[in-house]
Amino acid sequence: MATTKHTLIALVQDRPGVLNRVASMFRRRGFNMDSVAVGHSETPHVSRVTIVVSGTTATVEQVRKQLAKLIEVIKVVDITQDQMTSRELALIKVRATSPTRSEIIEMTDIFRGNIVDVGADSLTIEVTGDEDKIESFLNLLRPFGIREIARTGRIAMVRGGTTGSSGEEKGISTRSREHVHISEDVE
Amino acid sequence: MGVCLATSGPGATNLVTGIANAYLDSVPMVALTGQVQTWFIGKDAFQEIDITGITLPITKHNSLVLDVNDLAEAIKEAFYIARTGRPGPVLIDIPQDVLTNICEYHYPAHADLPGYRLPLQGHPAQIRKAAKMINEARNPVIVAGRGVIISGAFQELKQLAESSQIPVVNTLLGITAFPTNHVLSLGMGGMHGTAYANKAIDACDVLIAIGMRMDDRLTGQVSGFAPNAKIIHVDLDPAEIGKNVRVDVPIVGDIKKVLSALNKLISASQHVEWINDIEQWRTKYPLYRATDCEQLMPQHIMKHLNEATHGDALLVTGVGQHQMWAAQYYESNTVNSFISSGGLGTMGFGLPAAMGAKVGMPDKTVWCIDGDGSFQMTLHELATLVQDNIAVKIAIFNNGYLGMVRQWQELFFKRNYVGTPLTCPDFVKLAEAYCIPALRVTTQEEVPGAIKQAMDHDGPFLIDFMVEPEANVFPMVPPGAALAQFMDQPKKEVTAWPRQNTL
Ligand SMILES: Cc1ncc(C[n+]2csc(CCOP(=O)(O)OP(=O)(O)O)c2C)c(N)n1
Ligand SMILES: [Mg+2]
Repeated sequence: MATTKHTLIALVQDRPGVLNRVASMFRRRGFNMDSVAVGHSETPHVSRVTIVVSGTTATVEQVRKQLAKLIEVIKVVDITQDQMTSRELALIKVRATSPTRSEIIEMTDIFRGNIVDVGADSLTIEVTGDEDKIESFLNLLRPFGIREIARTGRIAMVRGGTTGSSGEEKGISTRSREHVHISEDVE
Repeated sequence: MGVCLATSGPGATNLVTGIANAYLDSVPMVALTGQVQTWFIGKDAFQEIDITGITLPITKHNSLVLDVNDLAEAIKEAFYIARTGRPGPVLIDIPQDVLTNICEYHYPAHADLPGYRLPLQGHPAQIRKAAKMINEARNPVIVAGRGVIISGAFQELKQLAESSQIPVVNTLLGITAFPTNHVLSLGMGGMHGTAYANKAIDACDVLIAIGMRMDDRLTGQVSGFAPNAKIIHVDLDPAEIGKNVRVDVPIVGDIKKVLSALNKLISASQHVEWINDIEQWRTKYPLYRATDCEQLMPQHIMKHLNEATHGDALLVTGVGQHQMWAAQYYESNTVNSFISSGGLGTMGFGLPAAMGAKVGMPDKTVWCIDGDGSFQMTLHELATLVQDNIAVKIAIFNNGYLGMVRQWQELFFKRNYVGTPLTCPDFVKLAEAYCIPALRVTTQEEVPGAIKQAMDHDGPFLIDFMVEPEANVFPMVPPGAALAQFMDQPKKEVTAWPRQNTL
C-alpha cells in the first residue's frame, strides 16, 4: 500500500502534559510525525493540534484510533480527503548585500511575503502558504545564502462552515464525519 | 477493583511491572503514589521520580495532582476511567503537601471527560452483515477472549455457539469465557493451543473473533492465520480492530450488547460435517494425558486438581510451562476462574495475584500454580500471606529449570541450556520458615492425597511437586510459523537431564 501524507486535526483538552501524551504515542507505536502545530481553538480550554503524518491508509487509521483513545483527546478527524485550506508560516533569515537586496525584496513581493527585519547584511522574511510554496521560495533564496529557517508546520481547516470544537462536526465533509462516528470503517 | 499505594521514588517505580501487566491485560486498577512536595518538583529532590512520565505509555490514564482542591475530581476520574469501557490501570501521583493540605470536600457526582466516550451498541448494519455471514458459513469458528468475561457476555456467547452449533476456541485470558467441558469447546488456541483448535482456525471459512486482540501468541504467523476465512471482529476498543489482522466485518461495541443483537439474527444450523471434521482432529490429536509415564508429570497434577476442585476453584498462575499446562488442562466451568499474566507474561505474577484473588473472593478456593522460577521472583509476598492470613494453596511445578526457556533451548538451540537450570531453595523448609504447612510430592501416587490435605487445611498451604525436569509443553506452534504447523507431543520417551538442585 502506498504511503501518503495525511492531515489530522485533534481537538484536545488543554491539560498539562497532553502534548507529551500525543508525542509519546507516536514514538511508542513507531508512527511518523512530519509536523505538529498546536494552539488555542475557538473553545476555551480546548487546543487544536494539526498533525501531518505519513503512512498507508491502514497505518493512518491506526494513528487516528490510537489518538482518539487518549482520554484528553476530544475528537480526531482526518481531513486529507476534504477540501481544505492548509497553511504554514516560515521565517527566513537570508544573507542580503546591497547588490542582492532589491532582488530578494522583489521575490518576496511575488511570494506575498513580508520583510520583518532588516539587518546590516541580512533580511528576515515572513512567508505563509502551503509547504510547496514555501519550498519553492526557499529554493529561490538558497543561492543568496540562507542563515536561519523557522517553520511552524502545517495548520489546516476544512472549507465552508466551521470545524467546531463543540463536538459537532458541522463543517467537516461526510467522509470525515464517517471517520468520527463509524469507527468500524477500517480498510 | 485493585487499588495500590506506594511511596514516592522507589515505591512508585516498584509498581511499574504490575501496572504494565494490568495495562496489557485490561485489568482495572488504581495506583496512588506519593510524590515530593510541590515546591520540590523538578528539582531532583530526595525520592523524586517522574512516575507519571514513566507510566505514561502503560496506563490508561494518569495525572499529577498539584492542588488539593483538584484531588477529589482526580480520584473520581481515576476510578471511573479504570473500570469503565476497556478497563485498565490509572495512576494518580500526589505530592506530600497536597496530601496534608486541607480543603472543602466536594466529590463530583460525574467525571467530566469530554474526550472519553463509552461503548456503543455496535453498528446495526455491521451486525446484519455479520449475521448474514455467519448464517451462510459452512465452517464457522468463534475465538473468544477476555472481553467476553469483562462484558459479562457468557450467556450471549453460549447462545450464539449453541444455536448455530459453532465451535469455540478460547484465548489464554478467555479460557473461562466458555466452559471448557462444553461439547463445542475446543480449548485454548495459539502457540500452545490444542491441535484441534488450531486446525479449526486454519480451516474455518468464517472466524468470529470476540473480545480478543489478535495477540501474536494466538494468531501465529499473521499471513497464515485463518487463511480461508472471512473475519468478523467484535471489540469494544476500535483501535484493536484491523491492528494486527485484516478484518472483513468490524463491529465496535460492548460485547454483551452486540452479541444479543446478533443472536436475534442468527438462524439455527447444525454444521454436521464441520463438527465431524473437528471431532476427527480431536481424536487424532488429543491432549497428551501422560498415562504412559512412570514419572510425575504436570498432567497428573492437573488431573487431580480438576477432580478435587470440580473446575470451581480460582486458578492463578505464574509464567512458563506450568502456566501453559494449567491453561491446557484446567477444566473450568466457572466464569472468570482462571487468572494469568497474558500480554506481559510476568513471572512472579502468580503469588501476589492469587493473594489478591483470595482477598477479593474469600469464599473461593484459590490455587496458585507456579513455576520454581516464577515463584522465586515474588516469594517475599509469603510474608504478607502470613501476616494477613490469606489462605492461598500454592502448587509449585518444580522442574529445576526456567522450563519454558529450556524447552526453546532444547527444540531450537540444540539443547544449549544456558542460564536456565535453577538452584532452588528447599521450598518446604522455606514455607515452614513462614509457618506455612508444606509437603513435597515426588510420585504420581502422592498427588491426590497431598491436594486433599492442602484443601482440607484452613489456611495457606504449599506443595512442592517435583515434576519431570525435561517435560515439554505440546502442541507447540514454533515461533514465526502458522497455526497449522504445530508440533505435536513426540512419541519418544524424554530423557532426564541431571538437575542442579540443592535437594
Ligand atoms: C520477569 C520475567 N523474566 C523472564 C521471563 C522469560 N521467561 C518466560 S517463561 C520463563 C521460565 C519460567 O520458569 P518457571 O517459573 O520455573 O516455569 P516453568 O517454565 O519451568 O514451568 C522465563 C524465564 C518472563 N516471562 N518474565
Ligand atoms: Mg521451572
